[in-house]
Amino acid sequence: MSSAPQPIEVDRPTMEVDIVCAGFGPATGGFLTTLTRAWSENPGDPAFESKVAPGMPLQVMCYERADDLAAGVSGVVTRGEGIRSSFPTLEPAEIPMAAAVKEERVFYLLDPIGARRSTLLRFVDFVLGLGRKAWVKHYSFELPWTPDFLHKRGGMVLSIGQFNQWVGSKLMAGGLAQIWPGTPVSGPIFDGNNGKEKRTVFGLRLADQGVDRNGVPADGYMPGMDVRARLTVVGDGPVGAVGQKLDEQFGLPAGHARREWALGMKMVIELPEGSELEAGTVWHTFGFPEPEIFGFLYVHPERLASVGIFVPSWMGNPQRTAYRYLQHYIQHPLLWRHLQHGTLRSWGAKSLEESGKRGEPFLTGDGFARIGEGSGSTNMLTGSGVDEAWTTGVQLGMAVLGLLRADKPFTQENLAATYEARRRASWVENGAREAENARNGFHGGFFRGMVGMALAGLTGGRLALRASIPPAPKQIRPFASNVSGRLSVQRAAKVALDCGRPLHDALMSARGWPEIAFDGRLLVTHQDALLMGGKVQAIPGFVDHVVFLDRQRCIACQDKTCIAMCSGQALALGEDGAPTFEREKCVHCGACLWNCAQSPDGERGNIEFAAGSGGLHSAQN
Amino acid sequence: MNFHIVVCAGIVPDPLQTLESTTAPNGPGIKNEMVLPAVLDPWATSALYEAANLAAKNSGSPQNPSKVWLVSLGPKAKLQQVMMSVAQKASFELVPIDGPIGGFPDAQATAAVLADTIAAIPGLEPERLLLFGGWESATRGAGVTLQLVGERLGIGDQFQGVDAIDMHEDGSFEVLERVEGGKHQVSVCAGAPAVLGWATGNLAEPRNNPQQGMANMRTIMPALQKAKTVALEANGLNYVSVSLPKQQRTTRVEKNMNAEEIAREIVEWIGAK
Repeated sequence: MSSAPQPIEVDRPTMEVDIVCAGFGPATGGFLTTLTRAWSENPGDPAFESKVAPGMPLQVMCYERADDLAAGVSGVVTRGEGIRSSFPTLEPAEIPMAAAVKEERVFYLLDPIGARRSTLLRFVDFVLGLGRKAWVKHYSFELPWTPDFLHKRGGMVLSIGQFNQWVGSKLMAGGLAQIWPGTPVSGPIFDGNNGKEKRTVFGLRLADQGVDRNGVPADGYMPGMDVRARLTVVGDGPVGAVGQKLDEQFGLPAGHARREWALGMKMVIELPEGSELEAGTVWHTFGFPEPEIFGFLYVHPERLASVGIFVPSWMGNPQRTAYRYLQHYIQHPLLWRHLQHGTLRSWGAKSLEESGKRGEPFLTGDGFARIGEGSGSTNMLTGSGVDEAWTTGVQLGMAVLGLLRADKPFTQENLAATYEARRRASWVENGAREAENARNGFHGGFFRGMVGMALAGLTGGRLALRASIPPAPKQIRPFASNVSGRLSVQRAAKVALDCGRPLHDALMSARGWPEIAFDGRLLVTHQDALLMGGKVQAIPGFVDHVVFLDRQRCIACQDKTCIAMCSGQALALGEDGAPTFEREKCVHCGACLWNCAQSPDGERGNIEFAAGSGGLHSAQN
Repeated sequence: MNFHIVVCAGIVPDPLQTLESTTAPNGPGIKNEMVLPAVLDPWATSALYEAANLAAKNSGSPQNPSKVWLVSLGPKAKLQQVMMSVAQKASFELVPIDGPIGGFPDAQATAAVLADTIAAIPGLEPERLLLFGGWESATRGAGVTLQLVGERLGIGDQFQGVDAIDMHEDGSFEVLERVEGGKHQVSVCAGAPAVLGWATGNLAEPRNNPQQGMANMRTIMPALQKAKTVALEANGLNYVSVSLPKQQRTTRVEKNMNAEEIAREIVEWIGAK
């Protein structure tokens, strides 16, 4: 039985606009920049006259869930070709925390702890260790060259928070688009007769305010407004409520599925005085803290660095506690010699949709188009998503300009002939096709994955390993499926009970990972990271956006991977054995959506991740 | 009854951030202020909500409506960004001043700019003026700016730490001011003009109202485009010291303490601070 809040039937306020956008990230930034720039060049062009407010310019609204446009969650390195096409004279110095890429290196990290290593990996470590003085330094082996597909030559290190802020300022100064933060969108407005054959959207419904945690009207109830529009642009990312509801309503194209995910978690660290790391330094790492966990270090100007890891769905281990792994990662000798005595400035996490082309939804329908990461644009071979997202936004912007000038409606047919056609013919699509099977091998293990990735990367996607990729819930291995596993769980459970620690944290210790020696500056508790780094908060009056659909399934679940993987420790074990949710701690990473082994239908988990307010309050991510 | 309410509100780094002071060429500053998220000063934000509420309850006549102006000094781009978070919550007309705010600007210079700007607001009737602002600042209050603005505008009736205002039919009003000992002082003022530095007030944060936001934007965007640019005079000020709100956190796991012991220790800890 579902315990999800049911929609409330009330008379809702309604507003008519021309174009409404869900989510403000790089994709919507690209879309609105293209539209605004064309309008500012010729504001008298009749194409830009509003149909809902005659005599006025186009009414363009964008609603963003986060409390500020700058509350993005990513430090990135990007080639930035699409971004530079929009801003040909762009200098990184114009954007706070941006730097031109100066140096790129790839490291295989040996395990300095001996916590968990397969036999094969131990052998590799042993062989590399034979040349400890010659080629292994600081428990790391630097690859003699960076594969071309990984290179970001001529690119930039960016803080997405600062980038969004920079783009948003330009857009709002332009005067065409209004971008409203702190305004979650609960979903699209469908035609009552919608079926899978006829995909139609009429706008967006904003989230109700003044409700209790179950969505029941309370003091100051304000029903979410229906914002009806000729065109709805969906750029709310991989776990956005609008995109999810479109997928539920219309399904995905034949053969497509969203089964591959990763959680990116990172810290922004103020490097110690005298740091030798130069702005623009880019390091990619693999091998530690687990073979499946890749990591990165990007150096921004003014002694700031973004350091983080990706924990993928294919890791299998149900004990995926990204925060503890991140703490071990930054203490690897290669990194620690630069980070020790640094200070945590910011922290955050987000889900990455890693299915890429295979997870691409229907890009267009009558009255709507999808752009950005939620539209499957991320290239998982090059590890690049921001520039691709931006470019899909620009492509839609160009298509919309064409349709406005031709006075054609935003039908599925017209959007497909313009936006989809433009996207299919672009480098974004070529890259997505090359990357389509690049990560197949990882479902057969780390080594197979590396071989598969190299094959795809070095042959432009022509060669790749085959794989049958299970749904995300099935990628989670059963907990403690052997005797030693069960014993370690029992030991960890005792530690957890005795010390009041989360079980997943105790399990890490039980498996041999050393305790974290908190220093109060960089190595801080998970709860302190929420306050010191993420500055997480949520204003009251919104419904709980994480809902456990069938509590009995949750109670019966042995793994509770959702709790282990929750980036904000917003999920905890309740007295009845089901997880509880604290909205005030949620960073909206969406990890709970794909870290649930209890699938009611074999494909998706038992958790609904809906529209919510609050989250990170950091502009440096 | 109708009022002309001017709210002075600065933009400050979100007080949730970890703030550190630093030394800049022209005096003490806030480290990396430009990359920190900005908000309307929370104390002054209370004043804005109270002003909007007061104007809504005493709307006046169609010929002489009550009005709320929000006067804010800051870099135009930051002002614009912050307005997108504020404009959905209350009805007001923005009077932006494009200035290089940051660090700890001289209160005298700031007050001079604000007073000149307020005096030049078209249609503002000084005899009806209620000058609202924050009693304190979340990050960089000198504690005197609002009073100085009032003095420059020739307003002698000033109240600080205000938690409530109760309007009377004859235009006089009763004010609750915070005083020491957790008590309030009750004053009755004959009427406008007056200066009210607000504490937290009693209103909940208003819901985001998209229609309100759109209505405000019709005046906010043109006002931002026409915002006058000012430079704050340094006046040769010598800063003896500045301080910033500190987050103090001590984490410890205790298994065997009961609630009374924990409470006692917390009280001791607070007392020590």
